[in-house]
Amino acid sequence: MQRKGSRVTPKRSATPRLLSKLATGLQGFDQISRGGLPRNRTTLVLGGAGAGKSIFALQALVNAARERKEAGIFVAFEESTGAIFANAATFGWGLPALAKSALFFLDARLSPTVVQSGDFELSGMLAILEAKKQELAASWIVLDGIDVLLSLLQNPSAEMREIYRLRDWLHHNHLTAIITAKLDGDTRPANYGFMQFMADCVIRFDRRLEQGISVRRLEITKYRGSDFAPGEFSLSFGRHGMDVVAPGRAETLHEASTQRVSSGFEGLDLMLGGGVFRGTSTLITGAPGTSKTTLAGKFAESACRRGERTLFVSFDEGGERVRRNLTSVGIHLDAYLEAGLLCMYSGRTEAMNPEEHLIRIASLLREHRPRCMVIDPLSAIARSGALSSARAVGSRLIHQVRDHDITVFITSLVGGDDPETEGTEMQVSTIADTWIHLSYLVRGGERNRALTIIKSRGTEHSNQVRELVLSATGPALTAAYSSGGEVLMGTLRWEKEAEERARQNQRHAEFMQKRRELQFAEADVAAQIATLQLQLDRQRSELARYSRDEETRQVSSGERESELRRMRGTHGAATAPPVPGKRRAVRVSASSGSNGDHEPPRGQ
Amino acid sequence: MPIATVVVMRLYVAGAAPNSIKAITNLRAICRRYLKDCYKLEIVDVCEHPRRALDDGVLVTPSLAKVSPAPISNVIGNLSDTRSVLAALGVPAIEIE
Repeated sequence: MQRKGSRVTPKRSATPRLLSKLATGLQGFDQISRGGLPRNRTTLVLGGAGAGKSIFALQALVNAARERKEAGIFVAFEESTGAIFANAATFGWGLPALAKSALFFLDARLSPTVVQSGDFELSGMLAILEAKKQELAASWIVLDGIDVLLSLLQNPSAEMREIYRLRDWLHHNHLTAIITAKLDGDTRPANYGFMQFMADCVIRFDRRLEQGISVRRLEITKYRGSDFAPGEFSLSFGRHGMDVVAPGRAETLHEASTQRVSSGFEGLDLMLGGGVFRGTSTLITGAPGTSKTTLAGKFAESACRRGERTLFVSFDEGGERVRRNLTSVGIHLDAYLEAGLLCMYSGRTEAMNPEEHLIRIASLLREHRPRCMVIDPLSAIARSGALSSARAVGSRLIHQVRDHDITVFITSLVGGDDPETEGTEMQVSTIADTWIHLSYLVRGGERNRALTIIKSRGTEHSNQVRELVLSATGPALTAAYSSGGEVLMGTLRWEKEAEERARQNQRHAEFMQKRRELQFAEADVAAQIATLQLQLDRQRSELARYSRDEETRQVSSGERESELRRMRGTHGAATAPPVPGKRRAVRVSASSGSNGDHEPPRGQ
Repeated sequence: MPIATVVVMRLYVAGAAPNSIKAITNLRAICRRYLKDCYKLEIVDVCEHPRRALDDGVLVTPSLAKVSPAPISNVIGNLSDTRSVLAALGVPAIEIE
């Protein structure tokens, strides 16, 4: 709509990044708005009573004044200046001092006795404000609760007219403006719809009761020319003002580490393939009394022993009590606490809602800068508020911790008997990198603690159920003992082991016996062989002698015969012709034994 | 019937804004008819004297303030509704000739 004297807003062709923004100082908000509020433009803040609109606007104004020395005007249509100061006193912004220098507070409330007769405009007000703006060289203006004034017009077209006037004036004066207006369900949506068109950025504040706890949220519903994080974000009031619980960077910028960190003791490290990876989160679930805190404490102790700064967040018990309990199982943290390496924080979960814990922990992370962290138990934050917000906080906490590359051990009571319930309740198990479950195994009249690794991302892990034994020297995992397809623990295991041992001894004894017997038998047979061998030798030597004798006899008979022949004279052939058929003497070879043929020579 | 006391008023206007002009016109008419000469009127242009407006605690214009007699009363708007103006001023709705 072109009006005389109004400026035409030039078509913005710049990319979103080029839109100039001013930080509000609410870190979470600056994050989700990608930099803060639009400079020289109007931001409309809508919401019900007590939703936090005024504080938000004031905080942004104060931040601009304190951080960037930008002067501003706060026009309060609903609250008195005194009430505003009182509300903000807890945050320590130094309002009274600022009110004398960079900020101007204008009480624009109409007296309750004021009478209205006819139409009016905002021109006068704007003229007055302009004068003030020149005087202060202000670049910010907050119009808090302007709906109070506009509603007096009781005429939609008049309201629209004044809103236009306001817009033109703001634009002409190059002011970064925050306009807050109450928006109940049925309050003239048409006009505020129009106002939303006029504003470049629209933020909706919401406050409602969820399970008895007051829950505040904020949502950027529009941001012309800029990217922003959509959806609702939780609000929280901290020591220094309001803040928005933002989810952290969308992309994780750090690479997954391959460095392993001890989980606290060797047995568990072995099951995990060497330990947990640095920067990962480990969830320990289990029923009460299953020693989750002990495991977490052991992790903290080993981190301290390595000289790494550690943060121990305890939601159930006070720090001192936790340390005392851990000492009784051989985990000593006192020295590290004194040395400043360990920082213990214990938060009463009933007193604060989950978002407040998150903010508190975030500031601890900034102050202490730990490399390792324990949260025991995370499930406690679900006590103090809606489960959905506890869940969101749990997930944000883990992401926040991961962003800082902190290795964290988290215990949770949820999923005590049945770890499956964790997945439906706190749902941390879906985000955590490693999930260890502690349970009780009741067998043979005993209750023994069992540890099992349900999952471990990026590494091999043992999937056995092992027995966790606590002693004065600390926790230990006993080697897995399985028999008949089952893992046994406690006395049952001891009995079974004894049985096994006895059986082994038995077998060994039997073996020894058998061996002895065989040895005897062997000796026996060897003796027999020796005897036979002797006999054989004797036979042979006899045979040899016999053959020798025969030879000798033959030789001597041959000699006798030739002697006879000689004696009988040379005439005549030998009167004793050789006897036909006389065989030659057969030599018996000593080696033939039974093989060789031998014919006994014809004896004489 | 003459009014016993003099009504002291101050009208804050915003330059030549339409409603401000109407307010001046309407107020003068009301004064002529119901107050005759028994009034003192000061017109303050907030555009010219913003400081004054701030000090006096006036933001909305046009705005009529009855300074005396007590109690102080305020009317915002272009004063088109005569009855409510008179009521605020504490002046009976009786025309004076």
